[in-house]
Amino acid sequence: MVIQKDVIIVGGGPAGLAAAVRLKELGIEDSLILEREKNPGGILRQCIHDGFGLTRFKEALSGPEYATRFIEKAEELNISYLTDTTVLNISSDKQIIAVSKEGLQEYQAKAIILTTGCRERTRGAISIPGTRPAGIYTAGVAQAYVNLKNMMVGKKVVILGSGDIGLIMARRMTLEGAQVLAVFEILPYASGLPRNIQQCLNDYNIPLYLSHTITDIQGKDRLESITVNKVDENMKPIPGTEIHYECDTLILSVGLIPENELSLLAGVELDHRTKGPIVDENYQTNIDGIFAAGNALHVHDLVDFVSIEAENLAEAAAAYIKNAYLPQCPIRVETDELVGYTVPQKISGNKEIFLSLRVKKPLKNCSIQIVQNGSVIRSKKMRKALPAEMIQIKISKEDFNSSNNIKVVVKDE
Amino acid sequence: MNHHYDIIIIGSGVVGSAVAREMSKYKMKIAVLEKELDVCSETSGRNSGVLHAGFNNKPGSLMAKYCVEGCLGFDQIAKELDIPFKRTGKIVVGFTEEDKEKLIRLIEQGEKNGVPGLELIGKEKIKELAPYVDGEFAMYSPATGILNPFIYTIALAENAHENGVDFYFDQEVIAIHNLGSNSSQIAEQTGIRYEVKTIKDTFTARWIINCAGLNSDKIARMLGIKDYTIYPCRGEYFILDQKAGEYLKIPAYPVPNPKVGGLGIHITPTIDGNILVGPSNEFIDEKDNYSSTQEIQDLLIRDGSRIFPYLKREFFIRNFAGIRPKLVSKSIGGFADFVIEEREETPQAIILVGIESPGLTSAIPIARRVIEMIGQKEDLKPKESFNPYRKGILSFKEQTLEKKKELITQNSFYGEIICRCETITKAEILEAIHNPLGVDTVVGIKNRVRAMMGRCQGGYCETRITELLMEEKKKTEKEILYARRNGNMFTGKVRE
Amino acid sequence: MNKEFICILCPNGCDIRVELKEGLIGNLDGALCKLGQEYVRQELFSPQRNIATSVKVEGGTLPLVSVRLTEAIPKERIFDVMDEIKKVKVTAPVATGQIIIPNVLGLGRDVIATKKVDRILNSPQS
Repeated sequence: MVIQKDVIIVGGGPAGLAAAVRLKELGIEDSLILEREKNPGGILRQCIHDGFGLTRFKEALSGPEYATRFIEKAEELNISYLTDTTVLNISSDKQIIAVSKEGLQEYQAKAIILTTGCRERTRGAISIPGTRPAGIYTAGVAQAYVNLKNMMVGKKVVILGSGDIGLIMARRMTLEGAQVLAVFEILPYASGLPRNIQQCLNDYNIPLYLSHTITDIQGKDRLESITVNKVDENMKPIPGTEIHYECDTLILSVGLIPENELSLLAGVELDHRTKGPIVDENYQTNIDGIFAAGNALHVHDLVDFVSIEAENLAEAAAAYIKNAYLPQCPIRVETDELVGYTVPQKISGNKEIFLSLRVKKPLKNCSIQIVQNGSVIRSKKMRKALPAEMIQIKISKEDFNSSNNIKVVVKDE
Repeated sequence: MNHHYDIIIIGSGVVGSAVAREMSKYKMKIAVLEKELDVCSETSGRNSGVLHAGFNNKPGSLMAKYCVEGCLGFDQIAKELDIPFKRTGKIVVGFTEEDKEKLIRLIEQGEKNGVPGLELIGKEKIKELAPYVDGEFAMYSPATGILNPFIYTIALAENAHENGVDFYFDQEVIAIHNLGSNSSQIAEQTGIRYEVKTIKDTFTARWIINCAGLNSDKIARMLGIKDYTIYPCRGEYFILDQKAGEYLKIPAYPVPNPKVGGLGIHITPTIDGNILVGPSNEFIDEKDNYSSTQEIQDLLIRDGSRIFPYLKREFFIRNFAGIRPKLVSKSIGGFADFVIEEREETPQAIILVGIESPGLTSAIPIARRVIEMIGQKEDLKPKESFNPYRKGILSFKEQTLEKKKELITQNSFYGEIICRCETITKAEILEAIHNPLGVDTVVGIKNRVRAMMGRCQGGYCETRITELLMEEKKKTEKEILYARRNGNMFTGKVRE
Repeated sequence: MNKEFICILCPNGCDIRVELKEGLIGNLDGALCKLGQEYVRQELFSPQRNIATSVKVEGGTLPLVSVRLTEAIPKERIFDVMDEIKKVKVTAPVATGQIIIPNVLGLGRDVIATKKVDRILNSPQS
C-alpha cells in the first residue's frame, strides 16, 4: 500500500529536524522524517565539541546538545519520524521508496524536503600518490570511530587539509594521547575557521603548513610515513622541498560534497559550484514541490545557519502544501569571479531574501555589492572575507529596482 | 597436525584457484597455500577485468590457444559459478592510416587464433557502440567481455573449497624440500615427494603446483629451478564514478604498440558500472610495490582523454595499481608465452611462470592443462560428489521491487542498508563476513559485496562494517585488519 | 608592544590587535563586540578553555557518552582534567546534563554528559 503524506523530509539531521518543527508550528500536521541512522541528529551526534548554537540559541552547546534541543522539540510536537530507514528512490512525481527492517514502503508525498547532508571528499577523489595501507581516514570517519565507536584510529597523526573537521580532530586526537605532527594545506590560506586554528592547533602547538601537500604515502600494511612538498602558486609540488614524516595515521580533511544522489534520481538540477541543487528563494528546486536545505544544498560553516535556512524553507514548503503551488522564480543571481557561489540562485524580486555566499579567496577591506540594472542595491562592508566563512546579505523587497537579473560583485574599499 | 596432501597449490590467484577448482573434480586431497590473507590479492585482482577474445596473441602460442578457449567457454563457467559477466564486445580504435594497417593485421592474427566475428568498423559504428569514444575507425571484437576478477577468483576458490580443497591463508612458503632426491625410500613408500615449509607450518605433498604469479620464480628456485626471472611491471589505474559509467558500455582500447608489453592505456567499463582508466606500463624493482605516482596519474589522464574525451577529474573515486609478472625484461619488451612445465629434475612439480595477461581469461584452460599433465602420470579418478555449482551472494539492489519486499519479509537484514552508495544490505554484509573461505579482512568484505567501493569510499559504511566484523567474528579492535597481516586499523579502544 | 589575537568566543573569530603598555592593555582594535576585550584580558592573564571528550558507558546503547565542562577551566589544567575523565566509567542510562564528575579537581566546574545514552535491554550488567 502506498502511504500518502503531505510532506516527507529525507534526513533527520539538524536541517531536517528544524524544517519538521517549523512545518508543524505552521500547521502542517501530516509530515514524516525518514532517517537512515538509529537515532536522529545527523552528524551532530559525533561532533561532541562545543561552540554550536551561539547564533541560534545564544549559548555555546556541544553538537549532541544542539541536536537534542530539536529532537526534544520534535518529540514534544509529536512529529513522526522513522529511523533505521533508508530511502532508495525518489521520483520527480514525489514518490518515495524506503526500506527498513519492517519492509519496503512506498510513499506519495505532496512535497519532499531534501536534507541529506554532505559527504567527505576522499583520498581517491584527490588522487594522492603512494601506497594504500591501513591508517588513512577521512576526518569524519576518524571522528565517528573515536567519538561514537570507542575505537582509536592511531597514535602518530598527520592531517592533510585544514577543513574544520580536520582541525577539530587534531585537538581531539591530542586530548586522547595521540601525537599530531602537523596539518598541511595545499592552499595559501586555511580552509577552516580562524577560531578553530587558534583553539585546535595553536593551543596545542600543532604546526599548520600552508602551501604544502602530501606527495607520497609509504607503508604496505599500515601507514608508515608520508612525504610532503611545498607547492608553487599553481599548487604543483616544488621538487627538492620534500620532507619526510613518520606516522601511523593520516587524517584527510579535504572538503565536503553535498549528498545529492537521491536528488539526481528525482531529476533535480544541481549547481556545479555548490554541488547542491539550484534553488530559488523558497528553497524550491527545479522540480515543483521538491525543496532542499542544509549541507545537502551547500556546505555551511555553522549549524546555526543550517537550522535557520531549514526554518525558512519550511515557511515556503508550508505555503506550497497549502496551495499545491509555488511559482518558480525567474530572476537569476549572477556572480563575479571572486564569488564562489550564491544560494539561492534564483529569486522573485518581490520578497525579502537572505543571500548566502562564499568568496573564492581571502579578502581584506572589501565590500560585497548587489547590483541590479547597473546600480548597487545593497552593499556589505567586510573587514575580512574568508572562503571558510559563509557570508549572508539581506536584500529587502524594496531594494529591487526591476525584474532584471542581479549580480553579486566584490569591490575593494 | 598432519598436513599431508596429494597436491599442494602455491598461490590463490585466479590460476591457483582455477587449478584447485578443476582438480577438485578428482579424488585428490588438495591444499592451496596463500601468503596473503585472501585469494586474488595481487595480479589477479588488479587488472581491467576484461575477458579477452585472443586476437592480441601470437598464433600458435599457448596464450592465443588458452585465451580463445577461455573466452569462448566462459558462459558455462559463469553459469556454474553464479558470477556476473557480460559479453560487451570491445573496440580497438585508431586514427591514422598506420593504425588502420595495424588493425587489419590484428584482425588477421585474431582470425588465425580462431577469434570469431572480428571486423573493421567506421566512425559511424563507433559512435553507435560507444558514443563518447573518439576514433576514425576501429576493430570490433564481439566476443570480448567484462567480469569482476575478485568475484570470479572468489567463486573458483569457494567452489573448490566446497568440493573439499583446503585453503590456508597467511602461509607464505619459505622452503621446499624435494624428498625424492635424497631419501627416495620415503618417496617410494608413501608417495610423498615434497616438504613445503611456510612461515607457520610444514606441509607434505606428492605434487606441487607453482601458481605463485609474481613469486613463481622464487618458488621455482626453492625447487631448484634457477633459470626463471620475473620482471615486475606495474600498471596504474583510475576508477571512475558510476555516473561516468553512463558514457561507456564497451571497452575501448588504443592500437597496441607491440614493443610495449601491455595493451596500452584503455578505458573499460566494469561489470558494476564504473569505468577503469589504465593501465600504465612501468618496470619496477619490487614485486609488491603497489604505489601510484603523480607522473603516471598525469599520463593516464592525458592518454585516456585521447580516446575518451569525457574523462573528468570530478569522476575520480580511487586509484589502484597491479603488477604484471613478466618473463621478459624491459629491454626485450613485448610478451613471452606462458610456461607450464614439469622438469625431469623435479618430477611431480608443475611450474607455471609468466602467467600475465591474458591469464584471467586463460585460467580454466591453464588449469585443465595442469590436470592433463598430472593425468599423464597417474590415473585420475573422477569424484562423483563433485558439485560444479556455487551460489554467489544475492544482490539486493538488482532485484525487482516485489522481490525486494519478499527478501525483507524473509530476512529483515535485507531492510538495513549498510553501504548506501552501492545499496548493500546488512544481509549481504553478513554473508560476506561469514564467507566460506573464512576471510575476515575489511578489504575481503569489500571485494565480496562491493561495500565501501562507491563514491564515498566507506565514509558512511566503514564504521558499521568494522563494528559488525568485531561482533560477528568476536574480534577486538586491535584484531581488525584492513587487508594485510600487519594492516591493523585500530590501536585499541579510546576508553577501556 | 603590539600583540595579535584570534578571538575564539564566537564564530566571527575576530583578529584583535592590542597595544600593551607595561603589561597593561592599551588600544584594542579589530573586535566586533565587547567580548573581544574580555578574551584578550583572559588570554594575557589566565587563558581559559572548555574541553569536550568522552566517558566510558557500561550497559548502554552506545559505548561512550560525550561530556564537556560546565564552564571553561585554566588552559594549563586541560590534561590534568583529561586524566580524571579517563578514569571514570558510568552505567547507563545517562541523561543529557547529568553530572559525571562534580567539581573536577576542585576547579569549581562539573563534567557533564552532553547526550543521553539508554540502557541496553539485554545488557549483561542489567
